[in-house]
Amino acid sequence: MSEEATTASKSFFAAFGHAAEELVKTLVKTFLSPFGIVAGIIVILGLILTVLRFTGGLAAVTNLSDYNAWGIWIGFDLLTGVALAAGGFVTSAAVYIFGMKKYHSAIRPAVLTGFLGYALVVAALHYDVGRPWRLPYPFIMQQGTTSVLFEVGACVALYLAVLFLEFCPAALEWLGLKKVRNLAVRLTMVLTIFGVILSTLHQSSLGALFLIAPSKLHPLWYSSYLPVFFFVSSIIAGLSMVIFESTLSYRYFAHKMDEEHMNERDGVVLGFGKAASFVLAGYFAIKVIGISAENEWYLLGTPYGIWFLVELLGFVALPCFLYAVGVRDRSPKLIKWAAAWSVLGVVINRLNVSVIAFNWHLPSADRYFPHWMEIAISIFLVTAGIIAFRVIVTMMPIFYEHPDYKDAH
Amino acid sequence: MAVSRRKFLGWMGAAGLSTAFGRPAYAAKKHFKGHPDSFGILYDSMLCIGCRKCEAGCNIVNDLPVPDRPFDDLSVLDSKRRTDPKAYMVINRYDHIETVKGPLYRRIGCNHCLEPACASSCFVRAYTKTKTGAVTYDASVCVGCRYCMIACPFDIPTFEYDKVLAPRIRKCTMCYPRLIQGKLPGCVLACPKEALSFGKRTGLIKIARERIRKYPDRYVDHVYGEHEMGGTSWLYLSGVPFKELGMREDLGITPAPELTKGALGAVPLVVGLWPVLLTGIYAMSKRKERIAREEREKAVATALDQAKAGAESRLSEALARAEKDKQAAIEKEVKKALEKAAETQTEEGA
Repeated sequence: MSEEATTASKSFFAAFGHAAEELVKTLVKTFLSPFGIVAGIIVILGLILTVLRFTGGLAAVTNLSDYNAWGIWIGFDLLTGVALAAGGFVTSAAVYIFGMKKYHSAIRPAVLTGFLGYALVVAALHYDVGRPWRLPYPFIMQQGTTSVLFEVGACVALYLAVLFLEFCPAALEWLGLKKVRNLAVRLTMVLTIFGVILSTLHQSSLGALFLIAPSKLHPLWYSSYLPVFFFVSSIIAGLSMVIFESTLSYRYFAHKMDEEHMNERDGVVLGFGKAASFVLAGYFAIKVIGISAENEWYLLGTPYGIWFLVELLGFVALPCFLYAVGVRDRSPKLIKWAAAWSVLGVVINRLNVSVIAFNWHLPSADRYFPHWMEIAISIFLVTAGIIAFRVIVTMMPIFYEHPDYKDAH
Repeated sequence: MAVSRRKFLGWMGAAGLSTAFGRPAYAAKKHFKGHPDSFGILYDSMLCIGCRKCEAGCNIVNDLPVPDRPFDDLSVLDSKRRTDPKAYMVINRYDHIETVKGPLYRRIGCNHCLEPACASSCFVRAYTKTKTGAVTYDASVCVGCRYCMIACPFDIPTFEYDKVLAPRIRKCTMCYPRLIQGKLPGCVLACPKEALSFGKRTGLIKIARERIRKYPDRYVDHVYGEHEMGGTSWLYLSGVPFKELGMREDLGITPAPELTKGALGAVPLVVGLWPVLLTGIYAMSKRKERIAREEREKAVATALDQAKAGAESRLSEALARAEKDKQAAIEKEVKKALEKAAETQTEEGA
């Protein structure tokens, strides 16, 4: 081995040694905070339930049945998780493709949120499917290309890889691996475009999953436009999550933010709020068109119809209006509330399609309500995501630019 | 980030190709009427006496576990049941139907659709619509995602939720292993009243129609399964509307694969169009930026030029003025001197 290589590998290992030390320190610090104690309890409970799930089968921890094959692990963890992780592709498309450079500081937090979101979705799938170790089978054994789920699986797997690569520069800057980092940064543009294509495909196909069951999903939610509804609402979810996440991050990590991030913060909130208002207006319009196309007005008077109106007026029209007022009055506070409300709206929509309005024709005895352990495992996974987010933003240049790479983009 | 156009287009090509890779989803234009000469089973609810012998037969040929209550215990029929991992088919009893004296029965189990929703929805192709008509399931590739259970309009596939390592989907196989040996399905063999008839599907439809024609008062004019969800291999006759027997009459005649065809067809379009569109938007925003920069530079240059010209003209004006003043001053001084000289001359002369 040449001298140069020896030094290189030494510095490489030194970087990792240093990183591991910092990671351990940050983890200890995170878990010793008040947040960490609550999170720690949830994690311990989650790990116990994980053992139960993988020793007792799905029956031990879920209320799933032969009528109700999918519960909240699909309705919340998968459908909602993917929608709420859309901030990554929305933000990087805005900045890199549409050239809105004033939102540059929002990219890294959004990409990190997206990456962790998708990672959690994949983790949740391991709990939900019967034989998780076979998850690669659709790609390596037999390809069921007539299945919408195949498309979802392929796109989610590829997009997770894309998000990982998009997240890499921050991690590599932290590790001090300049050469690899510069290589990763050069991929930015192609990853962004690839990410938008993959997101368009799987965000919409998550809605398309239910196209095959017109006899099970309530007609107000079933529509041949389901893929379009899911795609458009994922943009709403993405925009709102960026605002929502930035609000929370500012509360807890303001000391980590550099001048650029601080200066752009209100601009991001106003700009994304404006975009969200417009997209919500468009979404409202196509939802109404969906009802008109099938002429389902008469169903609005039924109990399900009223619930549908709550979703449409309360969680689409209302946040659209709140966003618009917030932007007009230049009130970041109102926009932040609108964002939180929109996020909740997307959660409700996904649960409506997959759980609440699904199997609506069955007698109540045959309907599904999640077991507390299903809910607990979902909470455990979200908590794991928040812990990972905290640890990463504490160590890596997410809210600030690494001094060695200033103005390198 | 500096990216040349050539490099960028190269990336786009690669992205498009890798996404488009895979088997295309074929969209059949003509109506698929099932494999020719495929088998089917006709269930005549007017001949069924609810003896549960078919359930017992099914249990035996499929090596299913012994049930808690024996098959000759007919009190089981007091409650409505469905398929489960231990029973691929069940008979339910329906009492108090106005137009009919006594109870009616109905068989619940896989209908073996001509174009099955389960097969269409499976992302590992665990299901096969065989030439015999039977829809079979291969547990050796199944991931356990249960999308088939979501997709099945008849709520038939069941899942072994209590199995940890190898949970499987369980459903009627139409006794495929027996069919290929030339044997009858277990349920058909066990039926003492010929309420179950096995044969070619096309022939069974003729038999069913014949029964309706012969006994128009006994049967409703509907062979359930002839067209439902594009047609099923199981066919049903009844004396009352099928919904009285808990069977859905609102399923329509569209085969399941048709329902997702449009969405799957949009995939190549997105893969083909998005890169073009996005690259275009990228190019436009780049161009806008470039033009804005050029205009700014030009404006700055013009402003500089103007300022420079203005300054120069002001300078030359000032110089000229200064020159003029200087001249005037000289002239004034000269004049003064001349006047003084003249004065002195006059004084001297005087």
